[in-house]
Amino acid sequence: MKYVIWGLVLLLIILHQDLWFWNDSRLVFGFMPIGLVYHAGISVAAAATWLLATIYVWPVDVAEDAPVTSENNGGEA
Amino acid sequence: MIQLTIISIYLVLLLILGIFSSRLFKGTSQDYMLASHSIGPFLLLMSIFGTTMTAFALVGSSGEAYKEGIGVYGMLASSSGIIHSLCFFVLGVKVWTLGKKYGYTTQIQFFRDRLESDKIGILLFPILIGLVIPYLLIGVMASGAVVNSVTEGAFASSFAFYDYGIPPWLASLVICGVVLVYVFFGGMRGTAWANTFQTLVFMVLGVVTFYIIAEDLGGLKAASEAVAKKNPSKLMRSIAPEDQARYEKSFTQWTTMAKYNYASKKLKSITLTAEQKKEAYAAFKPRMPNWKLKAETIFAKKNGLLKQLSIAQINDAYLWQDDRIPPETKPEDWDKTELTHESIQQYPRKAGAETAGYKIFADKIGHPKKVMDPENPKAGKFWTRKKARGVYRATKWAPDAPHHLDPWKFLTYLFVPLSVGMFPHLFQHWLTAKSASSFKLPVVAHPIFIMIVWVPCVLVGVWATSAELNGRAMFPPHFPPNAVLASMVKMITTPVLTGFLTAGILAAIMSSLDSQFLCVGTIFTEDIVVHYGGKNRFNDKQIVIIARLFIIGIVALTYFFSLFEPRHVFTLGVWCFSGFSSLFPLILAALYWKRLTKAGAYACILTAISLWLYLFTLSDYAAISNFTINFGGESFVSFTKPGQQIAPGVIQTMPVMTMILGSTLAMILVSLITKPPRQETLDRFFPAK
Repeated sequence: MKYVIWGLVLLLIILHQDLWFWNDSRLVFGFMPIGLVYHAGISVAAAATWLLATIYVWPVDVAEDAPVTSENNGGEA
Repeated sequence: MIQLTIISIYLVLLLILGIFSSRLFKGTSQDYMLASHSIGPFLLLMSIFGTTMTAFALVGSSGEAYKEGIGVYGMLASSSGIIHSLCFFVLGVKVWTLGKKYGYTTQIQFFRDRLESDKIGILLFPILIGLVIPYLLIGVMASGAVVNSVTEGAFASSFAFYDYGIPPWLASLVICGVVLVYVFFGGMRGTAWANTFQTLVFMVLGVVTFYIIAEDLGGLKAASEAVAKKNPSKLMRSIAPEDQARYEKSFTQWTTMAKYNYASKKLKSITLTAEQKKEAYAAFKPRMPNWKLKAETIFAKKNGLLKQLSIAQINDAYLWQDDRIPPETKPEDWDKTELTHESIQQYPRKAGAETAGYKIFADKIGHPKKVMDPENPKAGKFWTRKKARGVYRATKWAPDAPHHLDPWKFLTYLFVPLSVGMFPHLFQHWLTAKSASSFKLPVVAHPIFIMIVWVPCVLVGVWATSAELNGRAMFPPHFPPNAVLASMVKMITTPVLTGFLTAGILAAIMSSLDSQFLCVGTIFTEDIVVHYGGKNRFNDKQIVIIARLFIIGIVALTYFFSLFEPRHVFTLGVWCFSGFSSLFPLILAALYWKRLTKAGAYACILTAISLWLYLFTLSDYAAISNFTINFGGESFVSFTKPGQQIAPGVIQTMPVMTMILGSTLAMILVSLITKPPRQETLDRFFPAK
């Protein structure tokens, strides 16, 4: 699933480059420029992709209850 | 006055919220700087979104759309929806885990630890602060300008110099004061609460304003159809042939006017007689400002009076008319080749040239609510000083050429939002999360929130290009793009809505300022005073006091700088983001690449900042607003010169791409040839699963 999610992110970046609507000034629903509708769609698709990412590839090794320790030495290595 | 009352009520509400949140303050430095890691998903979403959306969210988005068309959404908004969430997911969660485990409060603490280097902090400290300060200045200055603009005419006789509105310096002072109070008392908790409240305010008011503007423009369809008819290029990312034809016609008219104006006023080689002027005026119908000059120009051209000018004189005329500084030594072909619009723009414009409008229209400038001539109401109300400057620009300067959005520039703009990965204030916000799961909501909802704010603003900006008021274009040529939204609301809606929208704009500005002030105060305290003073030297209470004193200091310093109104501060925004982006490889490698070494990190930072300084200098310190690095054409690599229009087929790239590639390459190469980090360090940051 990991590869599918990162594949989707890559696909989003490719689809973001919508050369096919570069010269198109058509209005969708009579008021929305097609280039704007398309990119609003990219925003929705991004949210959907990130939703899948949080479901399927959420880092399970993240220590939810990691204690605050005094180990931090502020870089005084 | 209604606007001022609404803004004042809003600011008082914020103060109450800040003071209330301070009652929950536990008195520890961890609580002051990180809200004791208590911020849940909703507050985290709102505070992160509020922090990343600056003045640019409402004012800049509509202004950029007015200038560039709908392409700005893809370039700045949908790209951020992908990249910002990517950073929250890939960096934020990991940073939170390490921060909670090892007790980090700032980025520098993390890098010092991970890279086993104390001095990396000394190198990073001035860079991070230096990049945040212009970003802070943008917010402080924008707040002053917005309040001044919407309160024009609020006072009967005071502040005439500021169009009888609140002076920008006073508005900025009040905004700084309000932010300071709630950050001072509430710390990170107050900031997170205030950000949540303010984000809700600017999102709701943005949508309400959009609806009302659409209604006032005759509905959604009518507003967009007007653009399709008058400025179709704004609905796409290339130039519509009709826009190009319209521009060529108006540029030709402008050149004729420039020749006549120069010949009659500067050279005094043409002087129309009273009889000729009368004839010229009689043949000219429209009565816009400066119409007499246009009438005389047409007359002079018709009667062949402009033919006597030499090419050198014509070139001088163009620069003079466009308020450009002529070259000290004229180029060889000065008397052989006539300047084009593009070559005219390569000469810098005189700073403050438009203030000449104060003198020209002196008899028209006054209180904007008073009529000029009570016996002739048709003469209208007095002009503001802003309007005088605007009319001067619109009637004197060459028209703007339509321009397309280069696909390569659009693509390489994707590197700019990577800046959120290195924003020190966002790093601090990540550490406030209650749990790693708190990040899930911000990761998913951030792109949708961007869409909710940006789509209406982009549409309003595009509509503004073609909107009319009383049969005339609502905005004249050369209108300052960042003033479009506030002016439109003021012109077509009620003072109540104007007041609310201003509160919304200020909310967007303040929700970034607060985090940045808190962050800079925290960096000074933790990375300098506590780090070098020694942890045991100060108790927790003293650390909070030091942080608060630093916050007061940084607010005062930022306000002081804002009084000088540094030139190009708004264009500096993208350069600040690019600087942070160029350091993105460092945070990514520090979290995921075991082989990153101390020397590799130094190489990355030094390369990033050297490239930034070099390219920033080439851009004439951000004066060339369309600066790109270009590949192809006459030479393999070239840099955009002032006013240069890049030929089709040439690949234009944002400077940030070169900076990131350079810093990444330097980091990898140097890391690979230097000694890997100690195993002990690797075990701490990359524990076995």
